[in-house]
Amino acid sequence: MSEEKPRDTQAPAVIEGEAPSAALPRAVRAAHRQTLLVPLLAIITALILSGILIVVTDLEVINAFTRIPRRVADPFTDPASEISLEEALWRHPPEVIVGDVVVVEGKELLVVKVVEDATKQISLADARRQYPKLGPGVTIHLNFFQKPMIGLRAAWKSVSVAYSALFEGSIGNPAKIATAIRAWAAGDSSLLPEAFYPFTESLVTATPYILVGLAVALSFRAGLFNIGAEGQYFIGGLLSVYVGYSLKGLPVYIHLPLTILAGIVGGGLWGAIPGFLKATTGAHEVINTIMMNYVAFALSDWLLNGPMKRPGFRPISPDIQPSAMLPSLFPSPIRFHAGFFVALACAAVVYWLLFKTTIGFELRTVGANPRGARYAGISLTRNFVLAMFLSGGLAGLAAANEIMGLIHYMPNAFSAGYGFDSIALALLGRSHPVGVVLAALLFGVLRAGATRMQSAAQIPLDIISILQAMIIIFIAAPEIIRAIYRFRAGREGGEMLLTRGWKA
Amino acid sequence: MLMDEALLSESEKRMPPILELRGITKVFPGVVANDHIDLALNQGEILALLGENGAGKTTLMNILYGLYAPNEGQIIIRGQETTIHSPSDAISRGIGMVHQHFMLVPPLTVTENVMLGNEPVSNGLFLDRRKCAEQIRELSTTYGLAVDPEAVVSSLPVGVQQRVEIIKVLYRQADILILDEPTAVLTPQEVQDLFQVIRALVGRGKSLIFITHKLKEVMALADRIMVLRQGRVVGTTTPAETNENILASMMVGREVELAVTKAPAKPKDVVLDVQHLHVLDNRHNLAVNDVSFQVRGGEVLGIAGVQGNGQTELVEALTGLRKVLRGKVYIVGRDTTKASPRAITECAVAHVPEDRQRDGLVLSFPVADNLVLNTYYLPPFAHSGVLQQRTILSTATKLVQEFDIRTPGVNTLVSSLSGGNQQKVIVAREFSRPIKLLIASQPTRGLDVGSIEYIHRRIVEKRDEGTGVLLVSPELDEIMKLSDRIAVMYKGKIRTIVQADQVTREQLGLLMAGVELSDNSEVKAAVSEQAEGEDQ
Repeated sequence: MSEEKPRDTQAPAVIEGEAPSAALPRAVRAAHRQTLLVPLLAIITALILSGILIVVTDLEVINAFTRIPRRVADPFTDPASEISLEEALWRHPPEVIVGDVVVVEGKELLVVKVVEDATKQISLADARRQYPKLGPGVTIHLNFFQKPMIGLRAAWKSVSVAYSALFEGSIGNPAKIATAIRAWAAGDSSLLPEAFYPFTESLVTATPYILVGLAVALSFRAGLFNIGAEGQYFIGGLLSVYVGYSLKGLPVYIHLPLTILAGIVGGGLWGAIPGFLKATTGAHEVINTIMMNYVAFALSDWLLNGPMKRPGFRPISPDIQPSAMLPSLFPSPIRFHAGFFVALACAAVVYWLLFKTTIGFELRTVGANPRGARYAGISLTRNFVLAMFLSGGLAGLAAANEIMGLIHYMPNAFSAGYGFDSIALALLGRSHPVGVVLAALLFGVLRAGATRMQSAAQIPLDIISILQAMIIIFIAAPEIIRAIYRFRAGREGGEMLLTRGWKA
Repeated sequence: MLMDEALLSESEKRMPPILELRGITKVFPGVVANDHIDLALNQGEILALLGENGAGKTTLMNILYGLYAPNEGQIIIRGQETTIHSPSDAISRGIGMVHQHFMLVPPLTVTENVMLGNEPVSNGLFLDRRKCAEQIRELSTTYGLAVDPEAVVSSLPVGVQQRVEIIKVLYRQADILILDEPTAVLTPQEVQDLFQVIRALVGRGKSLIFITHKLKEVMALADRIMVLRQGRVVGTTTPAETNENILASMMVGREVELAVTKAPAKPKDVVLDVQHLHVLDNRHNLAVNDVSFQVRGGEVLGIAGVQGNGQTELVEALTGLRKVLRGKVYIVGRDTTKASPRAITECAVAHVPEDRQRDGLVLSFPVADNLVLNTYYLPPFAHSGVLQQRTILSTATKLVQEFDIRTPGVNTLVSSLSGGNQQKVIVAREFSRPIKLLIASQPTRGLDVGSIEYIHRRIVEKRDEGTGVLLVSPELDEIMKLSDRIAVMYKGKIRTIVQADQVTREQLGLLMAGVELSDNSEVKAAVSEQAEGEDQ
């Protein structure tokens, strides 16, 4: 051993040319803080930007900024709809102009240049004959600069209505929930279902996202880009629903696990095929999984319009046997089912597999450095196939979960794009099971709240998609958040490598 | 530090230095990377910056190049005090830097790479490639940097790529050039070419700072040498008044054993038996052509040769990373010709790979995981497929201490370690299990003097314990220092295997260049010419 006393074994290894701050424990803690800070800020920023979008696309708000009607009145009584003659003359030319509204014979007529509808409009000349000077009876229009508070209040109302609808649709009305709990404590549980419906809907919506998100995240960890989650979802659904409705007379503790197994096997095999092709020929999994998606859709289309169709017109499968159903835990209208716990259990299993077992170590090494993995004696072939099988299996399990727990049959119009959304989801969750669960809950909340936003606040569903997209953009490109909020990156634990080129 | 004024000519003494750094201090949280450093560079001078990893050389140059701002100190260029805010600022002041890891875009041509960021336009809108190509040809002829402007960079050998980097810098009219570890990636011949280029540059009035670890080159090339240690200037000297040993001890702060004292080898049984090995390279050419040799326990067989003569493929074939076309490999008596890397590891073989970051480590994993990279599946690190985290961590902590790996902790990502410490991780991993054969490929590539000394010592230790060592290295000094027997590999064949103490450096150099050694006068003349060149 060297004679020189190591100067300070606690001293950080100073890296030439790079700030060694990250090598210190303090900076490591800063980096961990950042892991939470960036997604949080991303969500907040996205909410703000979507709020702005909601405001500028709301017609009422636009009017509140540009055309605030005030009728000239003397005496001046109601400031919300009237304006004094004095103020009117200050803000408006002394005679009637196009755009004002005048009262003629009890009717309100808009002053226009060319009259098209005599019951609603009046020409400028006629209006001026009726009202040679500006006076009571004329309604003028003010803009934002003259009455800023009106516009701002309208904007605030628009956003708050929208976001409270989002909140109530996804989590629930706090007042209602409080009342329901008080009633339940007093012995009456009838108010509970409706009060908790939004919250449970969020969880129900999040369940398939958790599983498909885990599927994609697992493939990312192994360095593979599984875009075939959608197809694997379908195939898993087909196989599990078949086992669900065709096997009769089995007890639930055999039938249910069989259907779940069928889902895993279906999706797993569908995923293993591209994995095998990648391992043996080097064919890129992006291409193959996309192709397999189309095959899966076509297969499902044919099966659900033919051999697997229930009698009738709709291209849907027969209902599954009661012995294959996942228990629904609460009375209707709550749709919450045990599948949520299945999903959480899978997240725990995936975590244990990835970080606590040799199999997980091998998968992660293959993903992090394939050459290093070979040096370490790890078989790339075996791990590519295994990763794709597990990934497909989780996607298939998601489908089985949905069928056994929620809808109890398989329709042709099955997925809501889970496979593709989950790619963004896995990215959000940084391919870590805990991150994926949190991201899936977020997506579930947003989706569940979106329906209510649309009905209660007339916000188109697209706004939610935009909101989701913005969150994804901000989290995938944290530099944007850092640039906006002006803080520097701590040392991140290596950016995720999502996909390699053609040479694996 | 004071310059030796007697060495300056009268005119040089009158002219102020073209570049001066005074009292440059740079502090990062918890660490002083540069501590009141004074540097002066005269016009037409080659200044060598010497120091271990972590001494502060690259930080200092990054300050000069505008990548960092100093906490204290002044930068004075051509007599004017300036602040440099960014690399483009530095470039506009005539400072150009050639980094150790090239900043070239492989799919683009030389011209496109050179003009990137500085494109000449014709008619305000169109890229004027021809103008740039013309300028490149002019620079080529003026400075002796032969480069084809239309060549695609990815097709160029590393030595030529480096010339493109230098042209990039000259194209932007740099007068002060900074070269960061320029010879790390070059073959000995390319190193000589580079030296000629540097001398031509300086002859035309450029001033040059080069950062390096390599003591021989510093002695051969530099006009002045500045040694940094732990952020401070330890001394400034010239090649005339120093030697490699003094420089090494200045760098490390203590006496450094550049030569290794080793007891004579006591070879035992054969641990590696290679018989008529044929191996193809990635282009399906025969890279290893009928190679046979043996390694015994307790001896070091060094394979010398310029990189690219089949050594890489040979080592890959021996360690199971490449298929063997024909021939046989026996390790401790077992036929491992077709064996997988894991099976070979389980035959008590250790492999220190040539490219530590690509093959030997997973950079995004923590140090602890890397220390069990090829043993994670065995007890006590795993029981029935479940990793035993506590055992892994405690073993890792022990190894970090035993092998003096400088890291804040065992959970630090290995990517934040310096090159020398990364190599120590690999060495710790490979040496900490019982091994009968050690295959070490370029084990000290890119490392500083302290780390080199350490690794050489441990290799000799292993050999004294009875392990057979196969050492593959393009560094002739390393081979001669450590080997008991030396083989020279040229174009896929082993030319000779000799006892280390019966061959001279010159003879090895000739063999490495493909010359057949026999008793004729041409060869003798060539040997003595080489000897003269070496003494310079």
